[in-house]
Amino acid sequence: MGAFIVRRLLNYVVLVFIATSLAYLGAATAFHPKDQYLAKNPPTPAAVMYQELNERNGNPEKPVFERYAKWVDGVAHGDFGKTWQLDSVKKHFSISVWVTVRLVTVAAVLSAILGVLIGSFQAVRQYKFSDHSITFASYLIFAMPVFVLAPFLKLIAVQVNKAVGGDKPLLQYQGEIDPNATGFFGQLFSRADHLLLPTISLSLGLIAFYSRYQRGTMLDVMGSDFLRTARAKGLRKGRAILKHGVRTAVIPVMTLVTYSTITTFAGAIITERVFGWNGLGSWFTDSTRHADVNSVAMITLFSAVLVLIAGMLSDVITAVLDPRVRL
Amino acid sequence: MSHPNDELLITDAAGRAETGVPLLSVRDLHVTFSSEAGDVRAVRGVSYDLHPGEVLGIVGESGSGKSVSSMAVLGLLPDNARVTGSVQLAGRELLGLSDRAMSKVRGKDIAMVFQDPLSALTPVFTVGDQIIEALTVHQNLGKEAARKRALELLDVVGIPDPQRRFKNFPHEFSGGMRQRVMIAMAIANDPKVILCDEPTTALDVTIQAQILEALKNAQALTGAAILMITHDLGVVAGFADKVTVMYAGRPVESGAVDEIYYRPRMPYTIGLLGSIPRLDESSEQRRPLTPIEGTPPSMVGLPDACPFVARCPIAVEVCHSSEPELLPAGPGSHPSACHRRADLAGGTIPVDGVFPVPKIPAAPLDALPRADRATVLEVKGLHKHFPLMRGAVFKRRVGTVRAVDGISFDIREGETLGLVGESGCGKTTTLMEILELVAPQAGSVAVFGREAANLSGRERMEMRKDIQVVFQDPMASLDPRMPVGEAIAEPLRTHGWSAEKSRARVEELLKLVGLEPYHAERFPREFSGGQRQRICVARALALNPKVVILDEPVSALDVSIQAGVINLLDELRAKLGLSYLFVAHDLSVVRHIADRVAVMYLGRIVEIGDVASVFRAPSHPYTQALLSAIPLPDPHKERERTRILLPGDLPSPANVPSGCRFRDRCFKYASLNAAEQEKCRDEDPMIVARPGREDHATACHFADALEVV
Repeated sequence: MGAFIVRRLLNYVVLVFIATSLAYLGAATAFHPKDQYLAKNPPTPAAVMYQELNERNGNPEKPVFERYAKWVDGVAHGDFGKTWQLDSVKKHFSISVWVTVRLVTVAAVLSAILGVLIGSFQAVRQYKFSDHSITFASYLIFAMPVFVLAPFLKLIAVQVNKAVGGDKPLLQYQGEIDPNATGFFGQLFSRADHLLLPTISLSLGLIAFYSRYQRGTMLDVMGSDFLRTARAKGLRKGRAILKHGVRTAVIPVMTLVTYSTITTFAGAIITERVFGWNGLGSWFTDSTRHADVNSVAMITLFSAVLVLIAGMLSDVITAVLDPRVRL
Repeated sequence: MSHPNDELLITDAAGRAETGVPLLSVRDLHVTFSSEAGDVRAVRGVSYDLHPGEVLGIVGESGSGKSVSSMAVLGLLPDNARVTGSVQLAGRELLGLSDRAMSKVRGKDIAMVFQDPLSALTPVFTVGDQIIEALTVHQNLGKEAARKRALELLDVVGIPDPQRRFKNFPHEFSGGMRQRVMIAMAIANDPKVILCDEPTTALDVTIQAQILEALKNAQALTGAAILMITHDLGVVAGFADKVTVMYAGRPVESGAVDEIYYRPRMPYTIGLLGSIPRLDESSEQRRPLTPIEGTPPSMVGLPDACPFVARCPIAVEVCHSSEPELLPAGPGSHPSACHRRADLAGGTIPVDGVFPVPKIPAAPLDALPRADRATVLEVKGLHKHFPLMRGAVFKRRVGTVRAVDGISFDIREGETLGLVGESGCGKTTTLMEILELVAPQAGSVAVFGREAANLSGRERMEMRKDIQVVFQDPMASLDPRMPVGEAIAEPLRTHGWSAEKSRARVEELLKLVGLEPYHAERFPREFSGGQRQRICVARALALNPKVVILDEPVSALDVSIQAGVINLLDELRAKLGLSYLFVAHDLSVVRHIADRVAVMYLGRIVEIGDVASVFRAPSHPYTQALLSAIPLPDPHKERERTRILLPGDLPSPANVPSGCRFRDRCFKYASLNAAEQEKCRDEDPMIVARPGREDHATACHFADALEVV
């Protein structure tokens, strides 16, 4: 198993390199950072502009491959270049990534658990009213893109706050934490409060997605002989389903859960924007707007790494959960 | 509907009338499923008593309601099933108990062994954990005590090296081993009743013999009563005390084993017994099987008539207008559900004469001695080895699977060669190698004296006309979206027949296999299993082949249907002068249909010869064990037979033992002295003719005939 993982990792390094290089070259060709300086009013003096462009390794006078070579050399030495605001990309990344982690973690865990439970529940009560209504709700969520869902949640929050009244709004929908919150519990509450709506926004889609899959795999298991064996041994229906059914049906779903969870870290763009979290998603939209090649390359690099980690993790998790799988 | 058999005393095999309180008493059990087509009445009034230590066999074909009735006893039917009647366990009513209360009964008082051991164990838990679970659900055992008891149980059911096997997952066990685990779980809490639902149907016959033995041991150990559900009349004959025959959701006959087998009083039972090929028939006694025509009725909206009426040759008017009750034909007779039971009991209708014996024409070629007939297929020293690969990223070869390891045989004109052996012995690989018509890895395949290796592409295409195949599963081998006429015409069209000519030929073929020309427009799903297999036969015969390869052609069919297909094959052989290579695991079928038989074990033929010689005087220990493992549908003979039980499973063809490949399971090897054993270990036995026999050869250093049937 160890050797297997090492081999896979080596493969991944090559893949990540190719993906990131393509992203860099694409962005470097498509972005025109010089135009952004020229569009400024008052315009930046040419000397300052070129100095800054050089500092960002984005001088259009230089051939793109020369810039690329310089960037690769920097990355190899741990230097990821400067952002459009002339900050260190590395520093900016290390701040944003934790914002995203704080945003996504709860949603990821919650949606995996709820998705699996709701899907199993639906399978057990197939074609009952509850099954139909959850299915209906799932499709409703599927049909609603995040950029509709998130503002919609915000709207609800505003109405709720209005209805509840009070001097401080009950539901928060902007940023990570109230800067005036004091004390451990005060801060904790404020964080939870701020997390509530974005978590719902991120989770709903995932729960709908997971539960559909879990329902399907669970239905296959419901009619299986081993579940009948478990009940013939004397296990009660609920316990047999939980222990023998869900445990077996969750294996294929876990592959999906691992993949989606990991990729959500790079894909919470809209939720971050709508609820004002300065995570990777917000950074990504900012940097494309400001023709920031280095930041885009960094985020692409991170996403590529995440996708590959997700692939490997889902394989490992499947192998751990399913004794029949041998790597 | 009244059930007068409630008061009947049924005598068991020894002729004792039962007394005392029954352990499990089922009365007037009905199970109805709601479906879109209407209510499906799967079980319509089943009653039986099971006394301590007794074995009751429930026999019936698929759809007869035998499994459903046992699931109803355990309360494991899906929610859309409506169950009425009464199920009492030692006087306590079980129907209507809550799941919580029923859970205390399941696995404790009533345990169950299911049909398919491959899917009956949860794949993600170790075998040990699953047995421990069966124990701890009902007993308050410590971790160590439970483990000890589980190890004991594994040992009891005959799993070697339980300490190590305990930690294995189900997929690391063979089918037979998994069934042993199921039995271990079933007897974990010393149940009063063990329900066995076709416990050996999915297993090879030598493994079936082992499992039946394990069940007998389990019964002896726990004193439990056993309810044995099966379609195999052979299994029941030797195992059960009483038998109930089910048809269309109802018991149609029930009584002591000997009564049912020797004095059947219901045409369905008579038909079933007449439709099974017998291993113990001699070639002189051989007569065509008597199939039961037609198919069982649909269980939706059954009219008040005998459900068997459409298939019954002795039906009279009353059979169409009222359903017969389960009543004895007279004093001292066992109950049967037939309006004509008195005629059957009184001898007005002779039991042998109920079903007309079909006439199968004699083949003109049969008169010609074998030596004078042309060889149609000759296989010499055929090998097929597969590389065994490991690793997902870097594939590497870790061994060789010796699927077929040097086999030779020939088939003469108009002859049937049966190729028998257990799963994994290389039967199917042999067929595929022959059908491919290319040069094998080693050895040769010749059709009509022409080497397959030397054929050009065009010649090979021509040769395919002469050698055709029928597969095991008639549903899977017909395209569900292609009308059967088109399916039958496909080989014709491939070989350049015009549409018009093909159509005429399809009509002819459909008639030949006993179907109607208008069936050509229909789709496979509109046919029953037996009819589908007839369609496959028609397709194989389309191009007038000389050799037909039959790969387990009847093993997916119910017994009563099977007989019709066997007779059809027999008839076609005689009419068309065909030669068959008949691959089967069922030796009774081979005994019935084949002229010669080849027994395969681990990629080799260990014994070959004419059917009479091989079956009457089997000389290889494996053939002897194989034949002795097959249960006969004859209670007297079954009770007198001693079985040769082989230890262990078929070894993997990737790991063939040195010398004689059968030696580590051979009972004879164990009885040899050291020098002789060395010979078995070091020397690979060649297949040599038996002294003084014309057509009988065997591959054993110490071959010796032994009568086992």
